[in-house]
Amino acid sequence: MTPTFTPGPSASSLTHSITDRSVSWPTWDQFQRVLLLSDYNTRLVVLGTLTLGAAAGLIGSFMLLRKRALLGDALSHATLPGIVLAFLFSVAAGGTGKGLSVLLLGGSITAVLGVLAVLLIRRYTRIKEDAALGVVLSVFFGLGVALLGIAQRTGQGNSAGLESFIYGKAASMVALDATLIGAVALTVTLICILLFKELKLLCFDTAYAGGQGWPTLRLDLILMAMVVTITVTGLQAVGLILVIALLIIPAAAARFWSDRLAPMAMLAALLGGLSAGVGASMSALFPRMPSGAMIVLVAALVFLVSMIFGRSRGILARALRRHFFNRKVGRQHLLRAMFEVLDSEDEPCSDLTLVQIDRLLALRSWSPRALRREIARAHGDELVVPAGDNAVRFSPGGLLEARRLVRQHRLWEMYLITHADIAPSHVDRDADAIEHILSPELIAQLEELAARKAEAPRIPHSPHAIGVVSPA
Amino acid sequence: MTVAYDRKPVLWDIDLDIPAGQLVGIVGPNGAGKSTLIKAVMDLVPTASGRVRVFGKPFKQSRSRVGYVPQRESVDWDFPVDALDVVAMGLYRKVGWFLPVRAVHRKQAMAALDKVGIAELAHRQISQLSGGQQQRVFLARALVQDADLYLMDEPFAAVDAATERAIVTVLRELRSRGKTVLVVHHDLQTVPEYFDHVILINMRIVAHGPTPEVFTKENLHRTYGGKLTLLSQAAEALMREERGL
Repeated sequence: MTPTFTPGPSASSLTHSITDRSVSWPTWDQFQRVLLLSDYNTRLVVLGTLTLGAAAGLIGSFMLLRKRALLGDALSHATLPGIVLAFLFSVAAGGTGKGLSVLLLGGSITAVLGVLAVLLIRRYTRIKEDAALGVVLSVFFGLGVALLGIAQRTGQGNSAGLESFIYGKAASMVALDATLIGAVALTVTLICILLFKELKLLCFDTAYAGGQGWPTLRLDLILMAMVVTITVTGLQAVGLILVIALLIIPAAAARFWSDRLAPMAMLAALLGGLSAGVGASMSALFPRMPSGAMIVLVAALVFLVSMIFGRSRGILARALRRHFFNRKVGRQHLLRAMFEVLDSEDEPCSDLTLVQIDRLLALRSWSPRALRREIARAHGDELVVPAGDNAVRFSPGGLLEARRLVRQHRLWEMYLITHADIAPSHVDRDADAIEHILSPELIAQLEELAARKAEAPRIPHSPHAIGVVSPA
Repeated sequence: MTVAYDRKPVLWDIDLDIPAGQLVGIVGPNGAGKSTLIKAVMDLVPTASGRVRVFGKPFKQSRSRVGYVPQRESVDWDFPVDALDVVAMGLYRKVGWFLPVRAVHRKQAMAALDKVGIAELAHRQISQLSGGQQQRVFLARALVQDADLYLMDEPFAAVDAATERAIVTVLRELRSRGKTVLVVHHDLQTVPEYFDHVILINMRIVAHGPTPEVFTKENLHRTYGGKLTLLSQAAEALMREERGL
């Protein structure tokens, strides 16, 4: 199959003089052409890289969850000696050394050797996995660089192209490469769909999978084989130093958005494809920028956005949850304090009785401003009704909620006194810290304990004097 | 049977015949080889010598009749799955290679979750479950398999009272249906209450038999009291020798 290669107008912008060190900004026309994928060459490169990124994101999810992320790094570095050796052999055999498939085959062989070396070191020495990875990664890469020196010195064939495997040069992609990437991505996606539940079980609980009779070793080998294939296929576009980024970053970013494996894996594929596609386009616009670096930087941006805005475990989502929790704590403090003021006055607790703000201020260490803010919020939630400037009363719903809270608080206090031998004078503070996070299940257990002690389901009396509350 | 980890023997000359249809407790100090015994039954650790037969056949042939509850700490609970997903894993063998979990399997998994009392938590991500609830998810995963022999590794470790009661109820129900349950257990106080049969173990079988006969002060002293210093020293020496250190 001979690739039909028709260089578009922008192909000239991809070739540049080696002495030209200035960054050339793309013209609006070039920008449009890249964005609309109007040049055959750009289209090929962007779509090829995008497909690669999607497949890498997908398989990366499983690698990440199998806690093998760094093995991919050792593996990609271990391809270099194989690539250079394959080049040397092919030159010695009279070839040009440009046959991509030969080079990638060589890379795959040393990559597998590298993984085997890690496994053997771990198995037969006392060196731990992280050190084994470090040793293999650096030794194989060092060997590769040394061989590269030899290849360049002999000067035969075209050894200059070899360096593009280190940093990545997506622009050199031809139709045959893109077809190869497409075929690999399709195969990997199919295998992941077919073996989805098997790989899920392997990553979650290997021992259980083994006990159930799943061939865990073979499944692990299939996973590793897919990683080797993706890595080797991606070498040309992303480069061996940075290909690990396409495996890890999209998967790690996707984890911020979902708590289920299937959506996470699909999103990782999407984010991987997006990063790779956008990165490749940028490298087409700025021909001096290696495509691998561009892709990683875009992926890093995607990761950053996910880390902050991720729906299920992003920083913002967590801050919001904490904010709502604090609001809830403040509201519960106010309601309980109001109830306890009424309770201590031996007045019948009703939603008609006014609670003086001064009494509330004495009960907790809150500033007048903070207290007024809590009252205003609780008023907004229709739990309390302000009565003038210096008093507040419950709404009917607020009183119900307050009764529930006080009951929980005191049940917990009783539990601490009877089961944990904590002095009654200390339980208030302890209960204060824990009452807001009592789950329905825990409360049910508390109720059960209280019922066993033949306590009627009412609000128990406070086991300590109210008003001498130690500030939380 | 002798079991060795990394060529260091942890169980010596185990010769056991476990009666069917009973609740069996495996009791012994830390490092006595309790978990290893269970793993050896399932071929998860290589046995240096000897053989295991489950229902008169090698384990490989009766695998589908064996349900396993691993230690809770053995997995990463931050994994992106919910409780129902984990329980459904017990059905993967029945679902078969390549096929996805179907509605009928989800229904079975749901029923198992209900049996351990946490059906309402089915769609919660597993890291948001309490320790006791996580343990119950593991138990449900074994139950859904409808096995005849259950191997449970410390199901009572660090669980709340409600979970402990739920597990005991499930165990008794299993026994009433003629199932055999092997439980690695560490709370000596509850042994006579929970188990019909007990295996006292400390790198070798100290005693085994019906609980009233075997669970005696003297046997316990032999299990926990005298440390088998010489045996473990010999094991370590053997390992160093093998590794050429």
